[in-house]
Amino acid sequence: MIETPLALPVTAAKVSLFRRLLTHPTGAASLLVLFLVALASALAPILATHDPNTANLQDVLAKAGSEHVLGADSAGRDVFSRLLFAGQFSLAGALVALAVALVLGVTAGLIAGYYGGWFDAVSSWLTGLMMALPGMVVLLAARAVVGPSMWLSMMIFGVMLSPAFFRLVYASVTAVRNELYVDAARVSGLSDFRIIGRHILTVVRAPVIIQSAMVLGIAIAIQAGLEFLGLGDLNIPTWGSMLNDGFINIFKSPTLVLWPALIIGLVCIALTLLANAMRDELERSRGPVKKSRKAAATAAIADAAGAAEKRGAAAVVHPDEPGADKSELLLEVTDLGVGYDQPDGSTTHVVNHVNLTVRRGEVHGLVGESGSGKTQTAFSILRLLPQGGRITGGSIFFEGKDLAHLSEKDMTKVRGKRIAYIPQEPMSNLDGAFTIGSQLMEPMRVCLGISKTEARKRALALLAKVGIPNPERTFNAYPHQISGGMAQRVLIAGAVSCEPDLLIADEPTTALDVTVQAEVLNLLRELQDELNMGVILVTHNFGVVADLCDRVSVMQSGRVVETGPVRAIFNGARHPYTRQLLDAILEDTAPRGQYNPAGTTAEPQELKGVAS
Amino acid sequence: MTETLLDVKDVVVEYPLKGFRREPFKALKGVSLDIRPGETVGLVGESGSGKTTLGRAVLGLAPVTGGSIKYRGEEISKASRAKRKELSHEIQVVFQDPYTSLNPSMTIEQILTEPLTVRKVERQTANKRVADLLDQVRLPQGAAHRLPREFSGGQRQRVAIARALALDPKLIVCDEPVSALDLSTQARVMELFIEIQERTGVAYLFVSHDLAVVRHLSHRVAVMYHGEIVEWGDGEQVTGAPEHPYTQRLFMAAPIPDPDRQAKHRADRIRLLELQNQQDLQAGAA
Repeated sequence: MIETPLALPVTAAKVSLFRRLLTHPTGAASLLVLFLVALASALAPILATHDPNTANLQDVLAKAGSEHVLGADSAGRDVFSRLLFAGQFSLAGALVALAVALVLGVTAGLIAGYYGGWFDAVSSWLTGLMMALPGMVVLLAARAVVGPSMWLSMMIFGVMLSPAFFRLVYASVTAVRNELYVDAARVSGLSDFRIIGRHILTVVRAPVIIQSAMVLGIAIAIQAGLEFLGLGDLNIPTWGSMLNDGFINIFKSPTLVLWPALIIGLVCIALTLLANAMRDELERSRGPVKKSRKAAATAAIADAAGAAEKRGAAAVVHPDEPGADKSELLLEVTDLGVGYDQPDGSTTHVVNHVNLTVRRGEVHGLVGESGSGKTQTAFSILRLLPQGGRITGGSIFFEGKDLAHLSEKDMTKVRGKRIAYIPQEPMSNLDGAFTIGSQLMEPMRVCLGISKTEARKRALALLAKVGIPNPERTFNAYPHQISGGMAQRVLIAGAVSCEPDLLIADEPTTALDVTVQAEVLNLLRELQDELNMGVILVTHNFGVVADLCDRVSVMQSGRVVETGPVRAIFNGARHPYTRQLLDAILEDTAPRGQYNPAGTTAEPQELKGVAS
Repeated sequence: MTETLLDVKDVVVEYPLKGFRREPFKALKGVSLDIRPGETVGLVGESGSGKTTLGRAVLGLAPVTGGSIKYRGEEISKASRAKRKELSHEIQVVFQDPYTSLNPSMTIEQILTEPLTVRKVERQTANKRVADLLDQVRLPQGAAHRLPREFSGGQRQRVAIARALALDPKLIVCDEPVSALDLSTQARVMELFIEIQERTGVAYLFVSHDLAVVRHLSHRVAVMYHGEIVEWGDGEQVTGAPEHPYTQRLFMAAPIPDPDRQAKHRADRIRLLELQNQQDLQAGAA
């Protein structure tokens, strides 16, 4: 059978960044400001009413009027014209700094990140050094050596700024370098140059563009600062030198300082807002896709729901075996629904009308493929649904209380004490900053209210109980010092530390090696026997189900399609989906058989043109 | 006697550890096996056994510090970049994780034509080749202009297989290619592997931790443990009646999807472990 791809519309990802920025309010506004400033600077020779450098003694500190639109400065030069021409130099200077920073930072970052080795060591060391140096001081020192050249100081500043790009690119590249698709490209015989150009530059492009806008703003501000201190090139007009002039004459003509300050502020704010807008847009590029994927999921579930209704909706329920244990009902889930709120106000339903019961001392397996809603069902019992998820209907009765409608405060009393949880990924569920011991003791002290020494004694006993050979050593170890199998044992110890009535295990052995899995399964069976717990075991592995479960529910597209005692499911599955799953099991299939070279005679090359 | 396609002899792979003058970490401690044309060799082992490292060593992605890897009689363990480029015609790869082995920002067509354009195949020929490849892995033609994220795990793995087939290789290293897939998808992708092999005569080095998968696909099976091959031979023999104690433990550990047989299997496993413990004790005493 062929899986057909979902009929998704072409996503917004292909729309250019520029177009998307135009629809972003602050993005469009800041682009407009920057465009106007750049245009005005570029058209300075046409727009300017005076020559920016011609001093006129009669017009010294002239007020704004018909002769000088914005007045004149201390040398009688026209402020408006100077502002326009200064724009050329200020912007160009900032661009020079940006270009230098980009070329140095991105190239070095790519090389160091991709190849590593000595270049990585040297450039990282240099970067650290440069970041430690105060930029302003270096620029002042440089001026003393090379003289008051705006271009040179901007180039030097560009070098000082390059670490910003280096670190950004370096981090992205080291993250991508070990991606499998880069390995695949290497196996395909692509040159390093091509791999960097094709696979790696695309990853760093977005953050570099964002960073560029920020750096441009910084460069303009620093340049203005330098000139303001009077350390600039006196022969060219810049916003900074105008600021300097205005500050000297602030009491005689207060407006002089206003115009350059305004334009510097405006440009810097516009650049920063533009960077933010670009970050919004570039990072949101996955937004619409996610939405459409979820929409597709909704459609799929709606389809499945429709189909199920046509088929008669109800799950196949197998009767209990005669003489089966009729112990107390621990958990009763009725008509449970779980949904995720979407940004557009609708709700995506991932679990629909699920019924589930667990008796004391019974292991109930929840089986299904990815996306079938089995984990969502388990999490909703713990009331630990991820962001945006909520129980949309039904009830979860546990010890006479409806967990679906319990307050968060009451729920905290149930969670951990009465209902415990074992996760799939043992390593990511232990905090690397604390020792195993402290992570085991903390919950016991809170939920059992016992002293530290008592908790320590119990934690050590628990570690011994879950089969850890040297409890004392593991107690004092940090999570990274133990293996995955050990970590899972620790988590199991933690889960049973408060002697819960119900244990929810979400794929507890999926991340483990098969020999470790066998031991963890044995451990779970022993503990379950000893504590007489009810267990909900979420898994996709029918071997695990056969090993541990008394009862099985098979889930598909958020619904339970078949439920019953474990033997009834394995030996007499009636729902087509359950049968399909059981048929996919490989355990009993015949081995491949003997190698038969006669059957694989060399066939003609299919693609002559490809041969090199 | 048919010729040998790949001959791996006493291969050692060492990774330098951080720190001055520290002994490097030996991922492979002298591993030997061979693959014939059109044959599937399964490589089973648990995490850290070195099975993935062996696959990467064949691909030139792991530092081989000893032994030899010969492809059609030619030493390739120290091949230059140019030689590797030539070899990419012969040896290809399908990785485990279909979510990270495809560049998320490239369309399926770009992904499939990439290995072709390196060889300066004309655009038209390349496009035709893409259509043919999509056919081979049973994906609809409309898939070419879509991005990887629009596909499910099984479909992505089909794309990865198509990319590996693009250059008509003689050997594909498959690194856990079905481990991340759902049960029914896994079965279909495995059928695809067999079907492609029967049609094109490509050989597989099939790395997996799943014994059932390896049993189903492999003509011969090698079992790895701590960087060494502990058992190596005919697939039916190794997976049916393993001789090495580790292989026996490994096969007893996998649960059988049948409650009654699993209960017996479980008891057998515990008996086996006790027996092996006793043997170890006796060996220690002797």
